[in-house]
Amino acid sequence: MGPLVINEIISENTNLLLAFFIGIGFGFVLEQAGFSSSRKLAGVFYGYDAVVLKVFFTGAITAMLGLLFLSLFGVLDLNLVYVNETFLVSAILGGVVMGAGFIMGGYCPGTSFCGAAIGKIDAMIFIVGLFLGVFIFAEGYPLWENMYKATFLGSPRISEFFGISEGIFTFMVILAAVLMFWGAEWAEKKFPREEY
Amino acid sequence: MSVSKKSKYMNPYLAGVLLGLVVIAANFISGRSVGASGAIKSAVVAGVETVAPAHAESAKFYKEFSEGHEGSPLNSWLVYQMLGVLVGGFVSGVISQRLTWKVEHNPKIKSRTRLIFALTGGILFGIGSQFGRGCTSGSALSGMAVLSLGGFISMMAIFGTAFALAWFFRKLWI
Repeated sequence: MGPLVINEIISENTNLLLAFFIGIGFGFVLEQAGFSSSRKLAGVFYGYDAVVLKVFFTGAITAMLGLLFLSLFGVLDLNLVYVNETFLVSAILGGVVMGAGFIMGGYCPGTSFCGAAIGKIDAMIFIVGLFLGVFIFAEGYPLWENMYKATFLGSPRISEFFGISEGIFTFMVILAAVLMFWGAEWAEKKFPREEY
Repeated sequence: MSVSKKSKYMNPYLAGVLLGLVVIAANFISGRSVGASGAIKSAVVAGVETVAPAHAESAKFYKEFSEGHEGSPLNSWLVYQMLGVLVGGFVSGVISQRLTWKVEHNPKIKSRTRLIFALTGGILFGIGSQFGRGCTSGSALSGMAVLSLGGFISMMAIFGTAFALAWFFRKLWI
């Protein structure tokens, strides 16, 4: 029964080795989808390439459904799976700053590694920026530590927070995604571009 | 679905399913999901600990990190995962003949401009990912997979802001 490392079915060292292989799968899929190209990634914000939307939401929904099913079949104990914590102010601020970084840089950390892996120099420079940004945050920590730790809401699942069942929430996400995919296909036909 | 023209990339919906499977595998094996920015954090901490150990011992950010981590910061799940991402991306690039060596940019701008914004974007993402305790991979994608409220908020803030600012930076892309 999963998670394997938490139930001590595999050792921590095996876990770290498998992390490497999971990473290979992650990087391979992202690059195959074209996430190594900043021009493709930025396309969703201008309508000409909605690859980010399609891959991201299909991925999130596949994972949501898959995890729920594994839990249903007793293969995975979802209570032992890490759910990231919610620090409301910090999450929103971070998201806004990252959004600005995305539209300017055309990458996010994971995709920049894919881009760098195939030789994209702009991705490599983005990565340099990442290190600088984290360092700036670290050195300035005393200035924003309080904001960083404010409004801690625990680790609620969205379904618990809004009082709806996990199944219903997943269904709503699927519906929203289908609408977005439909819109995306429309936009891509309306703003066609050569492929990057 | 429309008739798809021949593409050098994998069908995005298929890629999405495979990506979802990777996330499921990570949760099943390791009880956590994929990420990225955390590996940068580990590397920065490791760097500072090596180059300025006294500072790392007294400055709060680094202290808090080492309180939560035994051993070298680089001996962490995310660091190994990101090394894998480099390998996986490279292999994919080889197979699909996409290995290149270039600054990818909108021909309407200079490559120097692109690089300045790539650096700026990276810096912002570096800062933002710390406040957000994760990036699009670790907070948004992985968070959504486990229905995390924080993940969902992160995702809305990132994409919402990027859309809101898109018009102002359109010259970089179109």
